[in-house]
Amino acid sequence: MPVIVVVHLPRDKESVLSEIFSPKCKLPVVEVQDKEPIMNGTIYIAPPDYHVLIEKNRFFSLSSEEPVIFSRPSIDVLFETAADAYGSALMGIVLSGASPDGAAGLKEIADAGGLAIVQDPATAAASVMPEAALLSCPTAQIMDLRRLSDYLKSFSETRVCA
Amino acid sequence: MPDKTEDIELTLLLEAIYRKYHYDFRDYAMASIKRRLKQACAYFECETYSQLQDLILHDESVFPRMLSYLTVQVSEMFRDPSYFLALREKVLPHLHTYPSLKVWIAGCSTGEELYSLAILFREEGLEDRTMFYATDINTEALKKAEAGVFAMDRIPLFTENHRKSGGKTSLSDYYTAAYGAAVFDKTLRQKTVFSDHSLVSDAVFAEMHFISCRNVLIYFSRELQNRAFHLFTESLAHRGFLGLGSKENINFSKYRDAFQDFSRVDRIYQKV
Ligand SMILES: C[S@@+](CC[C@H](N)C(=O)[O-])C[C@H]1O[C@@H](n2cnc3c(N)ncnc32)[C@H](O)[C@@H]1O
Repeated sequence: MPVIVVVHLPRDKESVLSEIFSPKCKLPVVEVQDKEPIMNGTIYIAPPDYHVLIEKNRFFSLSSEEPVIFSRPSIDVLFETAADAYGSALMGIVLSGASPDGAAGLKEIADAGGLAIVQDPATAAASVMPEAALLSCPTAQIMDLRRLSDYLKSFSETRVCA
Repeated sequence: MPDKTEDIELTLLLEAIYRKYHYDFRDYAMASIKRRLKQACAYFECETYSQLQDLILHDESVFPRMLSYLTVQVSEMFRDPSYFLALREKVLPHLHTYPSLKVWIAGCSTGEELYSLAILFREEGLEDRTMFYATDINTEALKKAEAGVFAMDRIPLFTENHRKSGGKTSLSDYYTAAYGAAVFDKTLRQKTVFSDHSLVSDAVFAEMHFISCRNVLIYFSRELQNRAFHLFTESLAHRGFLGLGSKENINFSKYRDAFQDFSRVDRIYQKV
């Protein structure tokens, strides 16, 4: 499965996330490029200062539309477009964070039949984001990081996770 | 899987816009168009794209407003300063060898990129021999570009960007402050032709030495990007330069071989 990651960072930070994650991951970690086909077994990181959107024919698009809830890249933008493209074959995970970004998008993933998971706010470094996600999407499963990682390992090859 | 109703409506809406107003968004990257049309639905208080279509077909006065949803008008002066630094240090020395120059800013939006280039060319002593062509499909944006007035609260960022781009003068040399706005010196645009031109449906109009088309192609499908790259290939003089946005590239395009990397990280290409 492809994995797509959004992390909020200041816009002028150089995109070093893929370099930080690469040595720690068995899967290849790359920064999303515009109109790149989405490949299984790859971890994609959103570039700073651009939204990442998923096209129906399983390509990425980037966009410099206005920030959403002060964020670009925005988790909501990724989740909403991914829910539209992948429907029920999608898993959305909201981890620790200091803004409510992701809450609306997670609900759309759940509404489209996808799986919604939220990090247990009690175990999150910043609980605003997981709490907002649970408020907007009460059906989401709650997991701490250990359970989440076991759960992901047990996962089949076919799903997409954002 | 059958198409969702919403997607059928979306296709029909874009077809209606094309037939009635001759703006062709049918091949744009749909995820972003969809997001923005949802915002338009909310603004016009329409429940569905079909209702929006009804409104657009029967009330021509709403179309300009619609166009502001269909196109993304986010810009800034000296956006990605390293791009302008690379132009200054690497591309302009080449351009100095030509007695006259044509520069095309394709998708110029409200003009920030044009004024940045005009200042850069003035600082580097190339302004006198250069004609600028600033084009866009959004005529409201073109009017703003022609006016050259930007909100004062954006100036600190522009100033910082200009400095990082290797600016040799002070940005404040180029504008006067009036009523909370920065009014840019009109001599910066005295060699500029503004015009309504679409990369989707219009043709080559002059032979260019440098084309700067930034953050426009990300809104296109790959097929449309190919169309635009074809247009650029045809428009550029031998060994002319093409500059793209910091996250755009021609690697996935069939015109890849028409260009060589000139400054790879800055997305500057040279026609071979
Ligand atoms: C995000 S702005 C880019 C502004 C500026 N180039 C920059 O990088 O800051 C994108 C612009 O592309 C224009 N555009 C969209 N479709 C176009 C087309 N088919 N032909 C020409 N311009 C187009 C939009 O109207 C908008 O002004």
